[in-house]
Amino acid sequence: MNISLSENKKHGNTGKSRKHFFIRLSRDYELYLFLLPAILYYIIFAYGPMYGVQIAFKDFNGSQGIWGSSWVGLKHFKNFFQSYYFWPLIRNTLTVSIYTLVAGFPVPIILALMLNEVKNEKFKSLVQTVTYAPHFISIVVLVGIITIVMSPNYGIVNLGLQALGFEKHNFMTDPKAFRHIYVLSGIWQSTGWNSIIYIAALSSVDPAIHESAVIDGASRLQRIWHINVKSIVPTMVILLILNAGSIMNVGFEKVFLMQNDLNSTTSDVISTYIYRRGMVKADYSFSTAVGLFNNVVNFILLMLVNTVSRKLGETSLF
Amino acid sequence: MSVIKESPGDRVFNLLNLFVLTIVLVIVLFPLIHIVAASVSDPDYVSTGKVLLFPRGFNIEGYKKVFQYKDIMIGYRNTIFYTIVGTLVNLAVTLPAAYALSKKRLMGRNGLMFFMAFTMYFSGGMIPTYILIRDLNLLNTYAVLVVSGAVNTTNLIICRTFFTSSIPSELEEAAMIDGCSTTRTFLTIVLPLSKALLGVMVLYYGIGHWNSYFNALIYLTDRSKVPLQLVLREILIEQEMASQMLESGAAVSDDLRKMQMKLASLIKYSAIVVSSLPVLIVYPFLQKYFEKGVMLGSLKG
Repeated sequence: MNISLSENKKHGNTGKSRKHFFIRLSRDYELYLFLLPAILYYIIFAYGPMYGVQIAFKDFNGSQGIWGSSWVGLKHFKNFFQSYYFWPLIRNTLTVSIYTLVAGFPVPIILALMLNEVKNEKFKSLVQTVTYAPHFISIVVLVGIITIVMSPNYGIVNLGLQALGFEKHNFMTDPKAFRHIYVLSGIWQSTGWNSIIYIAALSSVDPAIHESAVIDGASRLQRIWHINVKSIVPTMVILLILNAGSIMNVGFEKVFLMQNDLNSTTSDVISTYIYRRGMVKADYSFSTAVGLFNNVVNFILLMLVNTVSRKLGETSLF
Repeated sequence: MSVIKESPGDRVFNLLNLFVLTIVLVIVLFPLIHIVAASVSDPDYVSTGKVLLFPRGFNIEGYKKVFQYKDIMIGYRNTIFYTIVGTLVNLAVTLPAAYALSKKRLMGRNGLMFFMAFTMYFSGGMIPTYILIRDLNLLNTYAVLVVSGAVNTTNLIICRTFFTSSIPSELEEAAMIDGCSTTRTFLTIVLPLSKALLGVMVLYYGIGHWNSYFNALIYLTDRSKVPLQLVLREILIEQEMASQMLESGAAVSDDLRKMQMKLASLIKYSAIVVSSLPVLIVYPFLQKYFEKGVMLGSLKG
């Protein structure tokens, strides 16, 4: 390890006396200079907007600015909760999230387990390289590919359907198809990349354990289940916590690109709603309130899932 | 690898395994190869659905039109600018900060870590950030895309973990004893040893810039500053959606739109290839590095 004894002896623990404070400050001034740009960045661009969040409780007026606009308490929140948009938005957001989680979570794990059983290093490496490719495609290109592939006239999906005797169908304008296209294309794009962490975890399994299991008469599948899967359970749990905590957090970018007037009943999620009300209609206060609500719910969910996981005795984030 | 004797059950399993993995390869590659094939095929064959995996009627009109399409070239130029300058800024801000945070002797280290990590779970949101950018007079500037994402906290943590675990402190101590300042130690000893980390950071940050469209969508109004992805969005999605909605019975505004749609359908495929190719060519060379990077990132404190 890299803990050097001399460093510990010299500096001891984080001493709190005033003398040590200034000594350490002046001794490490270069390190603080190293940190300065980053700290400035965070203060301005990360914490700065947090100051502006207060307009969720005000009637923001451009000419009066954040400071000058008047307080209205929970008015915007009440409006949001009582609007007829509220439940459809939550339903759409949660549907897409939970569907992604349930369908998408196991796939990288299975891929990693399968790849781990491949003896030919070249083939294994080839599959990895190829499955990483979709991750590097931009979201615009991804949705572009989806649109092309789903096209009613020349898209390969519809061509396939017609060859099998079915009618062609316009998927991109069909509200019922939206969530499936969204989730499945997401799996296509991210499985390879998400399997990296599991493959790394699996590579640290001691082959001697497998050998002794074989001697004890365990079958291939038994070995995979009891040894391999067991060893990646901590990784799985942490990733599950992270994903479960983000359930109300459907990203704007992909949904926005896939949205159109015809599928909006299922494709409108909280983030795209915030964009529409805030950036397009300039309802600054209202959309900030919606955003704040979303953020707080996400945070609570994450804390909840983390606490539950800790209580169950498994590994946890904090 | 271990010397486990193969039973008949094993052979079946291995064959099945390889079979399924090959299917995975096909599923991943099929759409990609289809796009590439369509990009060098006769557009009439493509639009009637006769091109699947192999090009038919070899035709590079699409590529010619792409390079003639001014908006794409401007977008390309802008994206290259944002990527290079943006990544340089990213490295210049993230690396020193991560190095400082990796030093146990740094006073306030835990507080600073919390200060930065907290922003991963809580943020001002789309609108307050927009208002801030506007009040800073950064709207519609070349600087906004470079500066507004200067530090990615996940990347910062990856760098810090790397510095903590992969740079032997004895080396640094020896340098300090020899009279090297912290800055010189960082620049002449630590950085040269961190080539793997630099590769991963350039990849992560670079691709982040290359592929992003959201910030440009919100903060830029000048078409001359627009990055490639926004131009692609017009060609690939807006036109496509318009023509598909036309199919579904929605009305199309005017002849200009119809002409744009025809042009869009010609250059779609080549535009995809031209914009994705740089990234797809580069990443396999960095595969080993980012595989390690993912592991480092997962060890967050």
